[in-house]
Amino acid sequence: MPDSAVSTRNITKFYGEVEALRDLSLEFPRGQLTSLLGPSGCGKTTLLKIIGGLLDPTSGEVEVNGQTVTGPGPDRAFVFQNFALLPWASVLRNVAFGLEMRGVAKSEREDIAERYINQVGLGGFENAYPHELSGGMRQRVGLARALSVDSQVLLMDEPFSAVDEQTRRKFQEDLLDLVQNENKTFIFVTHSIEEAVYVSDQIAILLPRPSRVHEIIRPTINRDSARNIRRDPEYLDIVDEIWASLRSYVE
Amino acid sequence: MTFFGYRLPGMSSLILWGLLWEIVGQSGTTFFIPPLSEVFSTLFSVVPTAAFQKALYETAYAFIAGVLCATCIGIPVGIVIGKSRLLDELLLPWVNVFLSAPLTALVPVLMVLFGFGMKSIVITTTLFGIWTVILNARAGVKQINRSLVEMAHSFGASPWDAFTKIYFWAALPEILSGVRIGIIRAVKGVIIGQLLISIVGFGALFELYSANFLMSHFWAVLIVLFALAFSISEFLAYLERRVSYYAAKR
Repeated sequence: MPDSAVSTRNITKFYGEVEALRDLSLEFPRGQLTSLLGPSGCGKTTLLKIIGGLLDPTSGEVEVNGQTVTGPGPDRAFVFQNFALLPWASVLRNVAFGLEMRGVAKSEREDIAERYINQVGLGGFENAYPHELSGGMRQRVGLARALSVDSQVLLMDEPFSAVDEQTRRKFQEDLLDLVQNENKTFIFVTHSIEEAVYVSDQIAILLPRPSRVHEIIRPTINRDSARNIRRDPEYLDIVDEIWASLRSYVE
Repeated sequence: MTFFGYRLPGMSSLILWGLLWEIVGQSGTTFFIPPLSEVFSTLFSVVPTAAFQKALYETAYAFIAGVLCATCIGIPVGIVIGKSRLLDELLLPWVNVFLSAPLTALVPVLMVLFGFGMKSIVITTTLFGIWTVILNARAGVKQINRSLVEMAHSFGASPWDAFTKIYFWAALPEILSGVRIGIIRAVKGVIIGQLLISIVGFGALFELYSANFLMSHFWAVLIVLFALAFSISEFLAYLERRVSYYAAKR
């Protein structure tokens, strides 16, 4: 098993009186995709935002490549659930936004953005505006923006929950390629059991009130052919097993 | 609007009102309303005169300076109080007080503070325009999509970057409508300033014409003023429509 790119140590988070996370420790292996899975209100997005440096934990710490996190940093990039695109900016400028914030010169960042726009399959849409794109295409813009800053760690907050079923399946397949080809560590928040089992090397199941890690599952499904994953007996077993442990927490 | 199957161009109702004006004027009911045709012929004879051009220059100068102050101060202040809870609590009551206050009553105080010259007129104009600019910029920032702020933060945006690249643009549709309403109020401000503080510009012309019962001159200058204010406001409305495509999608 590879070393950890990200580790969270004894994270506790209070929102006022409410304990959102309790003493949560997790390791995220380098170059792999780890899903945070759980019913709504289990604190998975909170944990992701703490890793991203967007929220401060009440106690405990996050380490990325051995460095303690004190805020957002260039070693992590976010993909947002609702895309978070600038509606007044073209696709090109949206994708280049992360680089713009890092002070990369205009022509250079547009070259890089162009490359990632092509990689996510949006070539030809550089000058389109977000409102002219479908939900799936918007999330491709969000993905290209996160890829273009070339961070070691990609944080994805339910990235496919706002796109339709067919687009989501395509995204999941593309994500498998991405994990395979980009040497990055992915942390992926989802509430879909099937999605988690389909894409993950490691699944951390979180349970609510207060949130803690219930179980860590490491599927060993053969993912060489994306088409066969959903027929793999191990895939089906894990999906059933996770549902069995989650069902009592779902109202 | 269609009329007996014909599509009428915008504002064709003005023709009707113009006709009514002409009839009332021609009938000689009151000296206060000369025929519209006479007003227009006066207008064309007045516009080239040096007195009119000087008045136009003085008014435009005070108006533009006042509107610039109102927008350059109002927009950042509005954005800042929209972002900061503390400043909002501190400043918002004052903004609301001044928005609804009879500002004309303040003009004598301004004269004491800033003298009888152009400076006081510019400040009066600013005071008339600035409050809606602040309130609208604040409202624009208040409704900003939190995830855009989070996104900028996650990619390492400095507070200045967030201000100029997120907050300003996200609030732009509201800011423009605030500036548009502010400008309409500033027209009032500049004329009131010119009437009360020192008799210059269009204010002086109004004073002169009404004191001498030159009603067609009076109406001619008023029409010029209306037309100017209306064109500026329509231009801003056009800019507003250009950004409205994203107003619903932030």
